[in-house]
Amino acid sequence: MTLESKVPAGPLTEKWSRHKFELKLVNPANKRRFEVIIVGSGLAGGAAAATLAEAGYNVKCFCYQDSPRRAHSIAAQGGINASKNYQNDGDSVFRLFYDTVKGGDFRSREANVYRLAEVSEAIIDQCVAQGVPFAREYGGQLDNRSFGGAQVSRTFYARGQTGQQLLLGAYQALERQIAKGKVRMYPRTEMLDLVVHDERARGIVTRDMVSGKIESHTADAVVLATGGYVNVFFLSTNAKGCNGTAIWRAYRRGAYFANPCYTQIHPTCIPVHGDYQSKLTLMSESLRNDGRIWVPTAAGDARRPEEVPESERDYFLERKYPAFGNLVPRDIASRAAKEVCDEGRGVAHGGLGVYLDFEDAIRRLGVETIRDRYGNLFEMYERITGDDPYRTAMKIYPAPHYSMGGLWVDYDLMSTIPGLYVIGEANFSDHGANRLGASALMQGLADGYFVLPYTIGDYLSRHMGEGPLPTDHAAFGHVESEVRGRIEKLLSVGGARTVDDFHRELGRLCWDYCGMSRERGGLAKALEEIPRLRESFWRDVKVTGAGEELNQALEKAGRVADFMELAELMCRDALEREESCGTHFRKEFQTAEGEARRNDEDFTHVAAWEFTGDGNAPRRHVEELEFENVVPSQRSYK
Amino acid sequence: MKLHLRVWRQRRPDAAGAFADYDLDDVSPEMSFLEMLDVLNERLTLGGEEPIAFDHDCREGICGSCSLMINGTAHGPNRGTATCQLHMRTFADGDTLRIEPWRSAAFPVLRDLIVDRGAFDGIIQAGGFVSVNTGSAVEANLIPIGKPEADLAMDAAACIGCGACVAQCPNGAAQLFTAAKVSQLAILPQGRPERARRVLGMVRAMEESFGACSNFAQCEAVCPKSISIGFIARMNGEFLRAALAQPAAD
Amino acid sequence: MLVTLYRSAVGKKAVMAITGLALFGFVLGHMAGNFKLYLGAAELNHYAEWLREVGSPIFPHGSFLWIVRAGLLAIVGIHMLFAWQVTRLNWAARPVAYGERRNVDSPYASRTMRWGGVIILLFVLYHLAHFTWGLPWAHPDFVPGDVYHNVVAGFRVWPVSLFYIVAQGALALHLYHGLWSLFQSLGWTGSGRETWRRTFAKAFAAIVFAGNVSFPLSVLTGLVS
Repeated sequence: MTLESKVPAGPLTEKWSRHKFELKLVNPANKRRFEVIIVGSGLAGGAAAATLAEAGYNVKCFCYQDSPRRAHSIAAQGGINASKNYQNDGDSVFRLFYDTVKGGDFRSREANVYRLAEVSEAIIDQCVAQGVPFAREYGGQLDNRSFGGAQVSRTFYARGQTGQQLLLGAYQALERQIAKGKVRMYPRTEMLDLVVHDERARGIVTRDMVSGKIESHTADAVVLATGGYVNVFFLSTNAKGCNGTAIWRAYRRGAYFANPCYTQIHPTCIPVHGDYQSKLTLMSESLRNDGRIWVPTAAGDARRPEEVPESERDYFLERKYPAFGNLVPRDIASRAAKEVCDEGRGVAHGGLGVYLDFEDAIRRLGVETIRDRYGNLFEMYERITGDDPYRTAMKIYPAPHYSMGGLWVDYDLMSTIPGLYVIGEANFSDHGANRLGASALMQGLADGYFVLPYTIGDYLSRHMGEGPLPTDHAAFGHVESEVRGRIEKLLSVGGARTVDDFHRELGRLCWDYCGMSRERGGLAKALEEIPRLRESFWRDVKVTGAGEELNQALEKAGRVADFMELAELMCRDALEREESCGTHFRKEFQTAEGEARRNDEDFTHVAAWEFTGDGNAPRRHVEELEFENVVPSQRSYK
Repeated sequence: MKLHLRVWRQRRPDAAGAFADYDLDDVSPEMSFLEMLDVLNERLTLGGEEPIAFDHDCREGICGSCSLMINGTAHGPNRGTATCQLHMRTFADGDTLRIEPWRSAAFPVLRDLIVDRGAFDGIIQAGGFVSVNTGSAVEANLIPIGKPEADLAMDAAACIGCGACVAQCPNGAAQLFTAAKVSQLAILPQGRPERARRVLGMVRAMEESFGACSNFAQCEAVCPKSISIGFIARMNGEFLRAALAQPAAD
Repeated sequence: MLVTLYRSAVGKKAVMAITGLALFGFVLGHMAGNFKLYLGAAELNHYAEWLREVGSPIFPHGSFLWIVRAGLLAIVGIHMLFAWQVTRLNWAARPVAYGERRNVDSPYASRTMRWGGVIILLFVLYHLAHFTWGLPWAHPDFVPGDVYHNVVAGFRVWPVSLFYIVAQGALALHLYHGLWSLFQSLGWTGSGRETWRRTFAKAFAAIVFAGNVSFPLSVLTGLVS
């Protein structure tokens, strides 16, 4: 199978509008004859469910949380980008497009990114209309802040809770449709497999997480909006429940998995403080607007930060990247922090941390302004660490945060399985090898509000009158019994190690060999260790309780079992991509200054992996990336 | 630190529950409260017992999943802090901690410390939105909103829907939750056209499942986002205005 | 309209706020009238007689007082009925009690509204039996029309005075939380913890308590005899 990106012809600026015209439509009376399943209720899923229901489709929406309002989009702090150019600082659709392609180190599809920039403005309009309380200027206009990887101020924000407010906007739109009966919501329900019949996605098999009941759900199309997979690292900024099961099961049913090695390590997280640690907490990138990042010049300096004189501080980002300073993209900031820690100059528990200091900003702007901008973040930091950032520098360290990789989709956001759409973080489409801050919210909402609702009609219109496959069809029965078998297997291992114990070990392997920097030897080692660990998991895991009840251990076990497989694909992809690009930093491929060195000749492509059965090596497919509007260059933020 | 825990265990929604006692010997003060429970759960699992079920997800105080009554206080003793952000340094060596699920007729216990908070979604369904379809929005800067109004709306919008207000209220009232959404949307011009319909609908949905407000203000004290009960007054005003302006036939 | 108010606890609380405010007005007026005790028997008894006379000649002697009494009774009735209905709603809202529940931050007064209200009701009934109806079991030496004498004779019985003082404590707590709450219930926006509202409520509760307690105390101490 060759990968057809289906990018429409024509000039970049006209592709989307032309395509929207060319897409087949479903007339309003016919929309109510279609059923669409949406898995996930975050920004992408919630927005899509509400929008499709508004248009007239019948939607079934699933989430593992007890309410769609709790999807992990809620935790995004900093903001959402849009090319409104309200600040009159030279922003434009093209500049947002350019910054995003460049930020992604020229590993994304031009047409997708351009479309994203194009719809960014409508997103802000939509959210404001929903009552999202974005920050305002005294004149009543929307306020903006700067974010990493950009030299314009285009980030809209609602204190440090932008993701929450945008999600609640989508959630409220969704609840409105639930009240109208257009959306049936299934909270605490987890998708455990995809049903494919006649090479089309026909529905899903789920587990009711309260009763444990396994159920089939059928539809004319299935949309996955299940987020990213960086919980493969165990310690990440993702919510504990975030998992890769939905996309992994779809991969095993034939959807290609693209660029799994592109995982973003966010530079500003609270450092690890103990072995029992269950997750890492992100501090918004917006802090880098006013905070200065530094370490002591000398290794092993044990003084408190405020006791270190100016002359003995190394503001390493400002030193190395004078043009962007503390606002370099995330991958670069993370790597620079790792470098100084590797030199022994790190400052927190185990020497794994750098300072993020507001001393100057407080002197320049006053405590009140800083409190106004970051008050809730500072409080959160103090609550977790017991340190007061108004008085002493914060300590931060990079942590896994976001996966740019995901299921491969074409321009219409359809995967390689017809009728299976993938939106938001779950797909691979827009961020290339590195995502810029405040772009995840933009992409999730773009996909959900403004892209999928158009493109899905094109597919549905081609299947008018066919109707969904009945759930008593053998295709459903077959998948259901596989799902049941897997649950029984997990419950019957009866080993001696807990799921978390395995997960922690898997995470350590991934972090050590496929984390901020990677090299051939380490990846090869990981590819030996992971299958071994997986085997021992199925031999020695201990899952208590029964299947037909609320059983959190069982939920976790199923997710970790899938991570055990996904981790291997991630390492394999990292090994095969013999270049450094964006977050994927291979030690073998760097410039003399230690920057990522791309290999455009051989790797200007998307790697999309096809599942070929357990025990077989997955097949690597390639979608060549063509750059007609920007010239890939060595990224420079100096 | 050594701690003694008394935890509510209940296998199924319709099963009888009881407190179970556990002793922990090596709790680090740097642990979060939920990490302390993780450690206990690991021990229980290895000992062949079933781990304690509790809701949690983001563990950074924003998703609103975590929901524990700790020593008689929702989310524990710290102000403006969700359970997931509570750290063990708050407690002293030798303390006894009683951990219970939220108790409300509207929040039935599903298992151990997990309750069903679906009634909150029901309140939102009754009007907690602006009826604007995707695509029909006007340019974002067309309607200026003063900074004070935007900030006030944001104060209300900060609600994470955890249910601590209900859990702590002696009446089991959901006023703070409902008022936060009513207020946010009444303060912003975008929400004004349907403000009357909204408040009447949401209050009705709220009172179907929850108790009434006696102005105890305990909700504000335990709210992880410290949302002010001033918003409850605002909702009451909205409600009275809407009810009195309603045509008699309604 | 009114039906919407009646169907909703929020509406009922608003009505309770308004009836409460009216009753508070009555309490203030009642106290102001009673201060005539300090002006001597003639003044007080004349005032008591005037209460019957007020409104005439439009209203025949004593009838306006009955209209006011009927109004008060209705207000008290609505206040109590709604309190009862809302309380039942609240009791139903938490069928399973906590093993342990702390009252975070809520003043004692807010938690004694229900039983405080019941105590006040019992007190009012006794107060009527004592000074209005002059029932023999309640008052040892009741002389119809001689209010001054009845008050002095009544309060000389120290357990009765003590009961009055305790009841005034309950009334003060009830008023304190009620006066503060009515702003909330009637939708007075602004910060819920605004100090002036608390100060207002505290001040008036204290005034009512001090004023009303002064009567039995001044009899017991012999200031008034």
